[in-house]
Amino acid sequence: MEHIITPKVEYVKLLNTYPEKKSALGTLYLTATHLIYVEQTNNNTRTETWVLHHHIMSVEKLPLTASGCPLLICCKTFQLLHLLFQRERDCQDVFQSLLRLSQPVKEEELYAFLYNPHQNEVDRRQGWEFISVANDFSRMGLSNEYWEISHLNKNYEAALCRCSQPLSGLTSRCVEDEQMLQAISQANSNCPFIYVVDTRPKLNAMANRAAGKGYENEDNYSNIRFQFQGIENIHVMRNSLQKLLEVCSMKSPSMSDYLTGLENSGWLRHIKSVMDAGVFLAKAVCDERASVLVHCSDGWDRTAQVCSLACILLDPYYRTIKGLMVLIEKEWISFGHKFSHRCGHLDTDPKEVSPVFTQFLECVWQLSEQLPCVFEFNERYLIEIHNQVYACQYGNFIGNCQKERLDVRLHEKTFSLWPYLLKNQHLYRNPLYRRSLESTVLRPSTLPLHFKFWCGMYNHYDRGMHPKQSVLDQLLSLTQKQVEGERTMTELQRQLAVADGVLPDPSGPINTPAEQDGPSEKTPTAPVVQSNGSCAPLINGDAEEAGPGAEKCNEKEGADPGATEHDLTSSEDKPVSVETEHSKEEEQESS
Amino acid sequence: MEFAELIKTPRVDGVVLRRPFMPTVEGTLCLTGHHLILSSRQDNTEELWLLHANIDSTEKRFVGSLGTIIVKCKDLRVIQLDIPGMEECLNIASSIEALSTLDSVSLMYPFFYRPLFEVIEDGWQSFVPEESFKDLESMTDEWRLSEVNKDFSVCPSYPSLLTVPRDIDDESLCKAASFRHGGRFPVLSYYHKKNGMVIMRAAQPLTGTNGRRCKEDEKLINATLCAGKRGYIIDTRTIAVAQQAKARGGGFEQEANYPQWRRIHKAIERSNVLQDSLIKLVEACNDQSHSMDRWLSKLEASNWQSNVKEILTTACLAAQCIDREGASVLVHGTEGTDSTLQVTSLAQIILDPACRTIRGFEVLIEREWLQAGHPFQQRCAQSAYSNGKLRSEAPVFLLFLDCVWQILRQFPCSFQFNENLLIMLFEHAYASQFGTFLGNCVAERGKLQLSQKTVSLWSWVNRPQELERFLNPLYEPNNLVIWPSVAPQSLLLWEGVFLRWNRSTKCLDEAYQEMVHIIEYNKELQNKVNSLRRQLAQLETEDKMVADLK
Repeated sequence: MEHIITPKVEYVKLLNTYPEKKSALGTLYLTATHLIYVEQTNNNTRTETWVLHHHIMSVEKLPLTASGCPLLICCKTFQLLHLLFQRERDCQDVFQSLLRLSQPVKEEELYAFLYNPHQNEVDRRQGWEFISVANDFSRMGLSNEYWEISHLNKNYEAALCRCSQPLSGLTSRCVEDEQMLQAISQANSNCPFIYVVDTRPKLNAMANRAAGKGYENEDNYSNIRFQFQGIENIHVMRNSLQKLLEVCSMKSPSMSDYLTGLENSGWLRHIKSVMDAGVFLAKAVCDERASVLVHCSDGWDRTAQVCSLACILLDPYYRTIKGLMVLIEKEWISFGHKFSHRCGHLDTDPKEVSPVFTQFLECVWQLSEQLPCVFEFNERYLIEIHNQVYACQYGNFIGNCQKERLDVRLHEKTFSLWPYLLKNQHLYRNPLYRRSLESTVLRPSTLPLHFKFWCGMYNHYDRGMHPKQSVLDQLLSLTQKQVEGERTMTELQRQLAVADGVLPDPSGPINTPAEQDGPSEKTPTAPVVQSNGSCAPLINGDAEEAGPGAEKCNEKEGADPGATEHDLTSSEDKPVSVETEHSKEEEQESS
Repeated sequence: MEFAELIKTPRVDGVVLRRPFMPTVEGTLCLTGHHLILSSRQDNTEELWLLHANIDSTEKRFVGSLGTIIVKCKDLRVIQLDIPGMEECLNIASSIEALSTLDSVSLMYPFFYRPLFEVIEDGWQSFVPEESFKDLESMTDEWRLSEVNKDFSVCPSYPSLLTVPRDIDDESLCKAASFRHGGRFPVLSYYHKKNGMVIMRAAQPLTGTNGRRCKEDEKLINATLCAGKRGYIIDTRTIAVAQQAKARGGGFEQEANYPQWRRIHKAIERSNVLQDSLIKLVEACNDQSHSMDRWLSKLEASNWQSNVKEILTTACLAAQCIDREGASVLVHGTEGTDSTLQVTSLAQIILDPACRTIRGFEVLIEREWLQAGHPFQQRCAQSAYSNGKLRSEAPVFLLFLDCVWQILRQFPCSFQFNENLLIMLFEHAYASQFGTFLGNCVAERGKLQLSQKTVSLWSWVNRPQELERFLNPLYEPNNLVIWPSVAPQSLLLWEGVFLRWNRSTKCLDEAYQEMVHIIEYNKELQNKVNSLRRQLAQLETEDKMVADLK
């Protein structure tokens, strides 16, 4: 709290991205964890914008204008807040406070170390044990984890392995390393060679040789096939995202400005390069039954991206809500993706920051756009995970490797994100998910024209840009209604049976469904069921007009289904910044 | 029959058909007067039936005696036919070329097509101007139906019946017509029930370089304003283009002569520019060898998405004037048959929930495009693969459909129809067994006797069996004005048309089926629950009666 100079400033304007929309007037609060903007409106409704300090990427004081002192806040969640203060003094105070609050120095200052989601120690421990990497290896049928094996193709015994670059320099070699690769190769009897995939562009790898690192020399290793993939390094990716965000925040750009900006950012080119590499790995393992050894320079950025992506392409388990958690826990957290550095959790070297994990999430989203029925989760799950990675509210993404996590005793002092996500999994379900498709290996197209700009992520907070009616919400509410409908039907059938005298006692236990009710009986199951395949009995039923009781479940456009009132006092439970707004019946941002 | 002489080789065996994302078919190729048919003569394999009119261009190649014809269609698909025998291949190629470029409209397939279905509702009779006027009459008495153009002499591209202000007589209309390009004097396009504001459309005024004026024209459009109210003239051209038009006798409304009107210029491209845009876009979509940068750069250079954005923006502006400003609007460009119609029809989709139903959308296309004189036959003579000299081809209607798709994507629950209807209309505008899109205006269609000699597209679409395919399962009627976003991020490439033949649709089709399944299952469930409730209520009443009797 000592960093907060002014906890409350009144008469602050929140400028809208669209110039023609009216800006809001309200009060700004700074708490130990959040920046909260409360908009005053005439009709007694409160609109609150919550921004977690950890989500703030940069705070910038813009030149003074006639209407006040502007402050621009850019967030890691791609939210932009353009505030206008009446007094320069207030602006300066808030600016300084936010600079300090958004840049914690020590791990212990992170939100996760003071956040308690009303759980006791047992819950905490169970939460951390909930996702176990060891379990996943045994799930794949692997008894030891001597190698960092990302995926095992059970049918063919082809394995996907990962490591970092060899320290080959220009001439040196390591016989033990060569033997090891030979051993991996021999473990797979289906294919006489293994692929060694270097995810870097060839030029980068060659430059590394001069520094005593480099890549495998095919002459020294027997039976390897060497392949470069051309994914750029973290610095290129950081700059690319920066350029992309500039495009996203342009005011009223022309189509040409936007498309040219999108091209110049190179962002989609990089996404495609990651996807191409993932598809290459999956094809090698699945089609050629070859084992693959993947590395980049350090083995924790590009390698993590492509191995996790290949896992998703190969194994339907990782396309489920829980499977993605396992995958992230395994390929990213336990294999040492440097989350603290890459996400800039602490005030450290800005050159270490890079959207490597964001790119992985985007690749998954691109897949889900092409293949809408193969993921158990929807886009919101990916966005929620992304926000949580940067929020530091749960301990999962704090630290740069397992050792650092042990050192700060994360498991004792913080909580795990996964139970929270699982508790809310009804929000993240994909209603179109079809288990019947689950056994297939995914074969996405990687033609440039099949990649799209992810508006839901990078322009997430520009509500006006999104479709005004959500098919996802509509279908989610239908699947919810389906559960209720099935329950009601069972109950009505029971009552009918009682009334008919088939069932003897009307006061009988309600939870026991009558067994003699015939084939149309369907026992209600857990919260949201995947029972879409079971409508056959209903077709036999008399198809009558829906009675007057049939309710409509339509969300009118503009209405925000998630909009709820939040009280400042009950803020402890707030997961992340939530923007609540009461949209008018019609939204307009064209003119 | 005269086609026989154009068909040098009616039949070739051993022809191989190659299509992207579809299995290769080997079979017999047949040419008829109107179709190219390829059949494997086996069960369970799809036959290809291609209308010659659908063929945009062909290319032939030879490797030894094996010839290959690449057929590029107006619906944007590209197919390859491998034909053994050089002579056969040459014959087939020249026949296709001749048959796909028939000059005479009366030789087109719609004049030969006999429907295999029973016409229950004749589409030619489905949309009569008198009917829509009755609706208008029930809301206002400010307008009348004029027969001034009954022999098409005042304006050859207008229909015979036109809705005009009640107080303007036919003589004034004739004078106003002589002051507007092609005689297209201002007529009513849309009446906004909520506040009585209207959209009118016309062609450019013929002010010329010496600033000619026409009192009747001024009086005509002023008659649509309430006392003390101002209106907006939306000129779809930039001020520079409008200025240039003066040199050719055209022009725009001078402030001094139209003091009650505020003129706004927008920048919708002219038709030849649009055609070029389509050609570039389709070329970019078909080249699979691109890097990401090249694809994005070609997409940008095609300007297609810019055109979509500009048209939608202008339509939003017109709708805004009506609904937000409470002001009437007059829309025109140069001829009043292209960009004008894009703007007026899209504005109605934004403003009027009726236009978002299937029937309402058909009425809109009939009224704002067919009867309003959009020259379909000229505009749709060639599509994206046209390589010859272009005359007046332009994807004006396709751009309109693209804009509708953009609104539909942003408001997926507000339309009774789905994307399939839009794609179907695109196909039929370019090549069809139905007569609906033949001819360039009502007068021409009358001369061609289309309503007697051909079947209307609507006769087919409106059959319950067909309609099913076009229904949007998510539709919930919604009486609001729907404002689409025109931010570049909100406007996507219409994959359903432009990537249709370049991708496998299996996964997307499955997703659609799954969605339909969820919705249908829910409906059935609700029905079942309601019926059980009724049964139960009935039983309880009976029980009660029994109890009462006791």
